[in-house]
Order: sequence, then structure tokens, then C-alpha cells
Amino acid sequence: MIDLDLSQLNLRSVNERLQATLPGANEQSYRVLHPNGCHALAVGLTQPIEVKVEGHVGFYCAGMNQAASVEVAGHAGPGLAENMMSGEVRISGNASQSAGASGHGGLLVVEGDAASRCGISMKGIDIVVGGSIGHFGAFMAQSGRLVVCGDAGAGLGDSIYEATVFVRGEVEGLGADCVEKEMTPDHLKALAALLGQAGMDAKAASFRRYGSARKLYNFDIDHAGAY
Amino acid sequence: MSDGRPTPRPSATFPPAVLDEIHRAADQGIYEIRGFGAKRRVPSFDDLILLGASVSRYPLEGYRERCDTDVTLGTRYAKRPISLKIPITIAGMSFGALGAHAKEAIGRAATLMGTSTTTGDGGMTPEERESSETLVYQVLPSRYGLNPDDLRRADAIEVVIGQGAKPGGGGMLLGQKITERVAEMRDLPVGIDQRSACRHPDWTGPDDLAIKILELREITDWEKPIYAKVGASRTRYDVALAVKAGADVVVLDGMQGGTAATQDVFIEHVGIPTLPAIRQAVEALMELDMHRKVQLIVSGGIRSGADVAKALALGADAVSIGSAAMVALGCNQNVHAEDYHAIGAEPGACHHCHTGRCPVGITTQIPELEARLDPEQGARRLRNYLNVMTMEVQTLARACGKSHVLNLEPEDLAAMTVEAAAMAKVPLAGTDWIPGGFGGDY
Repeated sequence: MIDLDLSQLNLRSVNERLQATLPGANEQSYRVLHPNGCHALAVGLTQPIEVKVEGHVGFYCAGMNQAASVEVAGHAGPGLAENMMSGEVRISGNASQSAGASGHGGLLVVEGDAASRCGISMKGIDIVVGGSIGHFGAFMAQSGRLVVCGDAGAGLGDSIYEATVFVRGEVEGLGADCVEKEMTPDHLKALAALLGQAGMDAKAASFRRYGSARKLYNFDIDHAGAY
Repeated sequence: MSDGRPTPRPSATFPPAVLDEIHRAADQGIYEIRGFGAKRRVPSFDDLILLGASVSRYPLEGYRERCDTDVTLGTRYAKRPISLKIPITIAGMSFGALGAHAKEAIGRAATLMGTSTTTGDGGMTPEERESSETLVYQVLPSRYGLNPDDLRRADAIEVVIGQGAKPGGGGMLLGQKITERVAEMRDLPVGIDQRSACRHPDWTGPDDLAIKILELREITDWEKPIYAKVGASRTRYDVALAVKAGADVVVLDGMQGGTAATQDVFIEHVGIPTLPAIRQAVEALMELDMHRKVQLIVSGGIRSGADVAKALALGADAVSIGSAAMVALGCNQNVHAEDYHAIGAEPGACHHCHTGRCPVGITTQIPELEARLDPEQGARRLRNYLNVMTMEVQTLARACGKSHVLNLEPEDLAAMTVEAAAMAKVPLAGTDWIPGGFGGDY
């Protein structure tokens, strides 16, 4: 494992090193020390390397990740793993707003809580939150799955498209066009697999499922109040 | 009157067009959604004139003396700024709003002319990348089709904050245009009305924007120029904040700028015209000592070399065309009249891009209609038009004694109306009067 110390190196050097790792290179594991809340760390990675960040990170950590596995031992600022394409991002602490925003694929695990707009505009990513999420989770979420082991704030799934939301705890309120849906055996099976992949000790049967009522997909004057 | 009765007097407050709109709203229960830009008359470049040379300064020979047109964009931070042969670029128009033939034609024409074209909401198509030598990749609030591979394939990145047709508003692509391919690119079901958000999902405000720009630079090794596109409204502040956030280039889109589908009330009533917006933007750049260091691209109602010359004289580094490029491809041409009528339009007064049934095959995903636009022929038409505009701006610049079109300056302009004089801050023609007095460094 190679150590990259942000108290000695600047952000560009660290990202450049992570981004430049070639497939099949001897060293595929990195440890980033003293991140000190820095922004845009470990962004734009394209190879299946392992990156362990020892400390808190700022905005957009692991943004647009492809294939890499990024672990943060700490908290994360806004836009964690935004527009992620594949791979896995995991943080041990809490995530600020817009975690997993517009993510297309891969798995994002927040072991603590996530703030507002978690999974906003998500496009295929799986997000598993060990704790609770703030308001407007999965706002305009298009596809993928958001799993919340704790509670969800107001406006959950507002204007949701084809994404699926699972919540174990209380839901403060559902947003426009978001409804509770039946949890079928297929859903239970898929959720159990996802919880297992995320390392969450929670039973799939204790979750409820939410998704789109599909009433706002095409304009209807009788639904104008919901816009 | 023949029957002795007085002529009925229409109301100025409720003229026929207003009555029609109220009737339509009452029938349909939805606001009017349409394409194109503002239709109302606004102070524009038509209200300015250029002051040709005479005794006080001498002109350049029209066909013998050089008048260069090249421009370099993104010189502030990017490792690889963009060099264009002409200061006329093609604005962002999405695949989805436009068909693939139109996007390809635009890319080819831009490449032939040595200029750039721009993606749009929905991402980058392979045809577009292949046909465009210099391609600007938009990062929009919806993030439809956004992926890091395309980000790295692009030549520049444009963070879209707003659009002149609808500053403060998101996008809209009605269900009839969401074909399988468009839906797949946007990760949405086929046939739904697709809404694009008005705000980015992961940042708000200039401080966040600075970090977003940092992230984009880190992902692309600081190679690509980063543009910030704003719709013209509080232009002075918006431009200053975009510069503060670290943009290499500011793209400013005035209210005449087009759209594929937006509420008419938005198009006609939100934002300010391009003319005063340029002046405000240039003042903001000068105030920060960033004029020409952060380049300014202006769009919204640019139609001719005269418009280009006037925009450059007011301080823009380049312009961008969208609607005019579509017109060059054949938009509103007097052919297939029956198809115009079928969608409630007329050749010459069609703004029905939102229907997806464009009679000339530009803003459609229907194969039979799209086949009416041959990409090669379209490219030739657009190249011709860009050539004409370039020759026009050179002609005007030479007449003002300039050996480069970017040497045009506010001193080369006068205004034909009091409004234009006040907005552009150039003197009313034949006077030294600038309403409101001098502002900025003009």
C-alpha cells in the first residue's frame, strides 16, 4: 500500500497519482493521509484500485468514480460520489447534502447519516445509508435504489421517476408523486442481497418500499397543484 | 361605414392575440409551451450603427488588407485553451431537442469553419463527437447523459447555470420527443414529459461553484477550458461571481436566445436583452481587471455579421448562434407547407420545435421527417452562412480601420435610439449624449 500524505503533497499530485494507476500495475492500493476536509479528493478514478482515506473530506470526494473502491474513515462534505458510474464508495461517518447525486452506477455506502437531497437525480446508483437521511431524499430520482436503515425526512421521493426507495424507520412525509408500494418476494430478495453487499445488519422484511405513482409523467391539469 | 354603424374598436388592453391566448388557456388548462426565443421587439443590435472611417481615422482596403478573425478561449487556467478561426461558435442544443442529422450537420459545418459546437442536455452523441473537431461539453443541472469519459473526450466544459430564454428556469422536453434513444441517454422512460432541473443537484451559489469547477478540472487534469453559462438577468453580479468562481470563459445568453420548449410567459417576460447584458458583463470584467483574460462569449439574437461586429465592439470575445444556425439548416423555410399547417404553424412563423414534428427535419426524432435534412447538405448551408457572417464582420471591421475583428471598440458605435444609447452606453448618433451618463470605463 502506498501512502499519499496531503500534509506533504498538494491535491493535484495526489489525484494525479491515483488517476494514473495503470491496469495490472504492481501497486493497486493507496492510503491518503491528512485529508483535512479537502475538496475534490479521489475524483475521476477509472481503475479498480483501492483508496483508503484517513480522515474527513470536503465536497465531491470520489466524484464521477469508475471502478475504484474508495473508503473514507471520517465524514464527507456535499456531493459525495456525485455522478458515480461504478465501483464502491464507503464512508464510516456522516455525509452532507446531495450524497450520490446523479449517480449512474456502483454502490455508495454511508454508515452514518446523510443530509438533505441524498440520491437527488440518481440514475442507476445503489445508495445504502446506515443511519437516517434529511429532507428531499431521492428528489427527482430516475433509477437505482436508495436504502435508508434509519428515518427519512420530509419530501421523500419528490417527483421520483423509476428509482426505488426502501426505508426501515419513520418517514416524515412523502413528496409529490411518491407512494408506498407493495414489497414483493423479489424485492425482499434483492434488498437482502443489497444490504448484505453493503455490510448492513438489517432484515429486508423490516423495510417499506416507495416509488413513483407515475401521475406526473405527462401533464394533466387535474394534477397542477402537485407541480 | 356602409351601414352607418361605427367601426368596432378593439381594446388596446385586450387585442385579438391576447383574447386568443385567454381563450386557448381556458380551453386547454395549460400555459403555452413553445420553441424559439422572445418574439417581442426589444432594444437590439439593430439599434446600433458602426462609425466607418473617414478623415479622423483611415479604413483598411476591403479585399487586400488583412483583417484577422481568430480567437483563443480559455487562457486563464486551462492547459489547452481553444483556438478558433472565427469568433462565431455554435451554442448548446441538445440531442433530443434536435435530431441526430441536425447535430451532425452542425458539427461538420463548425469543423469546416474552424469553430466549436456544443452538446446540450442529454449528453454527447458519437455522431456529434465524430463530426465536431472542437466540441464543448455541457454540464447541466439535469446531468442527463453526463459521464466522465465524455468529459475527458470534450475540448472544453460548459457549466450551464442559466439560459437567456429562461433564466431561473429548468428545461422541458415533451413526451412526444422522448424516443427510445433519447430516453436511454437520459435514463428515463420513453414518452414521458421530461423535466430538467433549474438548479444543479450538488451545488448552489458561487462558493460551491468554485469547488465544482475545481472538481471538473481535477477530473480532466486541468486541460480543458471551463465555461460558465448564465442567462442575462442580474448580469453584472452573475458575471463577476462566475469569474470569482474560477471560470475561464463566461457565456452570456440574452433574452432573445432560443429554446426548444419553454413556457411562452417565461420566454417573453424573464431576463434582459442581449444589448444591455453585454455592456454589464464587460463592465464587470473590467472592474475585476479580467476583460480579455476571462473571455466573454455572447449569444441571444445574433443573426448577421453586423450583429457580430457590434457585439465584439461592445467587448465580447466571441458570439454564439443557435436559432440562426437552425435557420441556416432550413428552419422556417417555405417547403412542406402542409406539414407546417398540420402543427398549427406557417413557414416563417413556426416555433413548434416542442411538438417534435419539425417539417424540415431539424427538431424531430421522427425518421421520415429527419430524413428531410441531409447532414452533408445541411453542413454546407451552415458553412456558407458562417462564411458570410465572417466576411461581413471583416468588412465592417476594415471599414472602421481594424486589422483584427477583436480591435473593434465601443468608440466605433453610435446608437439610433435613446433606449439603446442608455443600455449599450454609447452616444446617441450625432450627439455626445449617453443617457444616464458614463459608467464603467467606456
